[in-house]
Amino acid sequence: MTEITATRTENTRLQRIGAVLRDVMTRPSGAIGLTLVVLHLVLANVSPWIVPYDYKAMDSLQMLKPPSGAHWLGTDHLGRDVLTRTLMGGREALLVTGIATPIAVIWGGFVGIFFGLVGGRLDEVLMRVVDAFLSLPWILKMLVLIVTFGTGIEVLIPTLAFFYGIPVIRIARAATHDVVARDFVSAARARGHGRITIIRRELLPNVLDTLMVEGAMRWSWMLLAFSSLSFLGFGVSPPTPDWGLMIADGRGLMSFAPWGVLAPVVALSSLIIGINLTADALAKALGIDRAQKAPV
Amino acid sequence: MSALIDIRDVSVGFTGRDGRTREVLRNIDLTVAPGESVGLVGESGSGKSTLAFAAMGYLKRGLRLLGGSAAFNGNDMFARSRQELERIRGGQLALIPQNSGQSLTPTLRIGAQLGEALRLHSALPVGQHGARVIELLSQVRLPDPEGIVARFPHELSGGQQQRVAIAMALAGDPVALLLDEPTTGLDVTTQAHILELLRDIAAERSMAMVYVSHDLGAIARVCDRVVVMYAGEVVLEGPTRQVLRAPAHPYAQGLLASIPRLDDATLPVALDGRPPAPGEAGAGCAFADRCALVQDKCRATRPPLAAVESGERVRCFFADEARRDRGRRKGAAPVRYSRDSAMLTLDDLSISYARPRLIDQLLGRSSDLLPTVDDISITIGKGETLGLVGESGSGKSTILKTIAGLLPPAGGTVAVGDHPLPRLVEQRDPNQLRQIQLIFQNPDDSLNPRHTVADILEQPLKLYYGLSSTDLRARSVQVLERVRLGAHYLDRLPSQLSGGEKQRVAIARAFAADPEIVLCDEVTSALDVSVQAAVLDLLNDLKATQGTTYVFVSHDLAVVRALSDRVAVLYQGRLCEIGQTDHVFGGVSHPYTEVLLGAVLEPDPDTAPTLTADDVVERAPPAQGCPFQRRCPRKVGTICETDTPPWQRNGGDHAIRCHIAREDLA
Repeated sequence: MTEITATRTENTRLQRIGAVLRDVMTRPSGAIGLTLVVLHLVLANVSPWIVPYDYKAMDSLQMLKPPSGAHWLGTDHLGRDVLTRTLMGGREALLVTGIATPIAVIWGGFVGIFFGLVGGRLDEVLMRVVDAFLSLPWILKMLVLIVTFGTGIEVLIPTLAFFYGIPVIRIARAATHDVVARDFVSAARARGHGRITIIRRELLPNVLDTLMVEGAMRWSWMLLAFSSLSFLGFGVSPPTPDWGLMIADGRGLMSFAPWGVLAPVVALSSLIIGINLTADALAKALGIDRAQKAPV
Repeated sequence: MSALIDIRDVSVGFTGRDGRTREVLRNIDLTVAPGESVGLVGESGSGKSTLAFAAMGYLKRGLRLLGGSAAFNGNDMFARSRQELERIRGGQLALIPQNSGQSLTPTLRIGAQLGEALRLHSALPVGQHGARVIELLSQVRLPDPEGIVARFPHELSGGQQQRVAIAMALAGDPVALLLDEPTTGLDVTTQAHILELLRDIAAERSMAMVYVSHDLGAIARVCDRVVVMYAGEVVLEGPTRQVLRAPAHPYAQGLLASIPRLDDATLPVALDGRPPAPGEAGAGCAFADRCALVQDKCRATRPPLAAVESGERVRCFFADEARRDRGRRKGAAPVRYSRDSAMLTLDDLSISYARPRLIDQLLGRSSDLLPTVDDISITIGKGETLGLVGESGSGKSTILKTIAGLLPPAGGTVAVGDHPLPRLVEQRDPNQLRQIQLIFQNPDDSLNPRHTVADILEQPLKLYYGLSSTDLRARSVQVLERVRLGAHYLDRLPSQLSGGEKQRVAIARAFAADPEIVLCDEVTSALDVSVQAAVLDLLNDLKATQGTTYVFVSHDLAVVRALSDRVAVLYQGRLCEIGQTDHVFGGVSHPYTEVLLGAVLEPDPDTAPTLTADDVVERAPPAQGCPFQRRCPRKVGTICETDTPPWQRNGGDHAIRCHIAREDLA
């Protein structure tokens, strides 16, 4: 009996996830956004096997050629195939942000929920620290760390995860504040449950929706940040293909070889727009109106 | 006389997710003559508010007009343009909403808000607006209108805000007022005052009123005619006296029987079942499933709204039988207890919300703020039910929170049996925690929306009894059965339950711990009356079978009367009177109890509330003397301001705290 009912309980939750996904897909923004995101993820995974050229093969005879039958998106200043490099240029970015985003949401979420529950003076002090952190330009903070510890995935992932977790604290704390005031939390306290149980059983399920949407938003911002770092030369090192790096390389030649910049720009922005549209549809499907909550 | 509001054959519905059209209102006919006051009653979801808004030509998002017409003063409200509607609404036809505190703009001063209403809806030159604002505010009997003009909404009490909303509605010199639960959420005394005001204003201006309420007591006071709605249709319509005295429809009868009465110490009779969801009423009578008189005919054909001899219109084939069946079915007698040992003792309890300021802490100064609750000493016997009554702000819920350990007392002790309890919940041992359980007012808020019923019930079982998963399931079923719900509820989420079912789950959760003491914080006030009756009945049953001690907080005196053995009356966090229910509610009583009892509205058109004290809400207790001194209609003199009144007892345990001699308090 237990077994049967256990699956049934699970079903209510699976049903909800299913219902939310269906809702996302029926919204135009969700359908377009999710298609873009899935397309990018698939391409990033299979690109090494489908690209027509070697991404680092230079050809001094084919420099800065416009799009043609041989090079659909033309070639760059070193004669490398732009299509190949664009298709592969998101791999590094997706890998780094794909790992850093969940870390950021999890640590920021837990800290935010904890301080939202505890409240009081400690919470006030922490939030002022968060405010102070947020008031500094992020690029500055990140550059300091990267210059100190060097570039590379092992530095970039923790750095991005750390800095992008801080605004999550604030969102998680605000969402927790709404829940903590409700009677079921008082009921749990009155029964004598400990803080950990209250966070896990009462708060987390109710804050999770907000965190999921927030996570999607953080992901898109993190991608931008990663590309910006590459653009500045602190992210991926050449010759690894990367959109940020490609934009930086092609920037000076934009007036007579725009394809070199255009292709990575379209790739990067379509991914970010896709994530944003998905997050938007997700928020609506979950019943969280992001428009009413002040962005951080 | 031509009708002012003329609603003909209106049906309103929405398209569900499955693409089916579901009707929220079904073929409604309603006319309101100039100067007439009509009450729309029904439980939540009956469509009464939708109907009132339809009279304004307004439908909530997602709803559409499926047929019929709604005319106001000869204007077809669904055919007019937006601009024309804007001129009529707020002008000739004004709305007074339920929660006026939320409908006033928080950043505008009262004078500016009323000025805006005048600018939009009256022909007065701007120069005269100031004088007219003062005039309007004095018409709604607000003291010191010149002072009110400069205030912001949050600086007014709930009753005052409601008066401002009324003044705003009057700004356009309306010929008809729509009132959507205008007194719900207000204290009894305030509610009684507002209703008298509405009666007077309607009579003075011969204004028509459409009064939407679930409260038959309020309807009885202000309406000439009552329309009873059920599942989106009118089931009974007629003069107030007839509808309330001799209801010709079984639903109206059930509704009346489910209202607890102050003059009746039995529990009200619950109306079983729940109304059909929109679009689920089927071919027959919508009430058939809950009706005691149901016949095959009722399930097959939908009865027409037919006129009967006595002048009402009834949607029932068996109106005569229904009327005969009356004689108010008797409710169960409440379980009474005989007093033996003390279960819960509050000794000189005081509670303060004010935290000492940092500067005071540093200087070692004590805070000069008065405690919110002070000097509470009550002993509650094993198996006894103590009712705590008082208006909002009287500290009823605060006391419960302190007993539960959610709020530390500033002084005094809470003891269970002979053992004093630690001040805070975190310091109490598991058994102490298990002994006391709390049930909250609103189950929407006290049940985690993400947990299934099984999750909800398992929490206390796991915490207090450490049951394994197999036992948990079996035990949860038992716990559910105790509140008369079946095992199939276990896998539902709160959003899949009705209001009454949710509250039952909340009660089941409290009783899962097998507590000795259950604290009930306004547990029925978020529920419909018929559901309230069922919940009261359930609590009474549990008391009989489990021998539970209840502390029952409510602002509704009739509800307290139905369930309590003893009653304590609180004003501003101080006790005024305590004693057996019959003693408190009859015979000698404290002036404040008298004021409260006088303001209670009975669903009977021939009773009128006795309004003695004014309804000004106080924000803080006076520093010394009697807490009720400022509002007391029987104030003796300066002694009330300087000396704390003594407890005056009869031979038994009925005690009144007043300077007036007991004999003179009758």
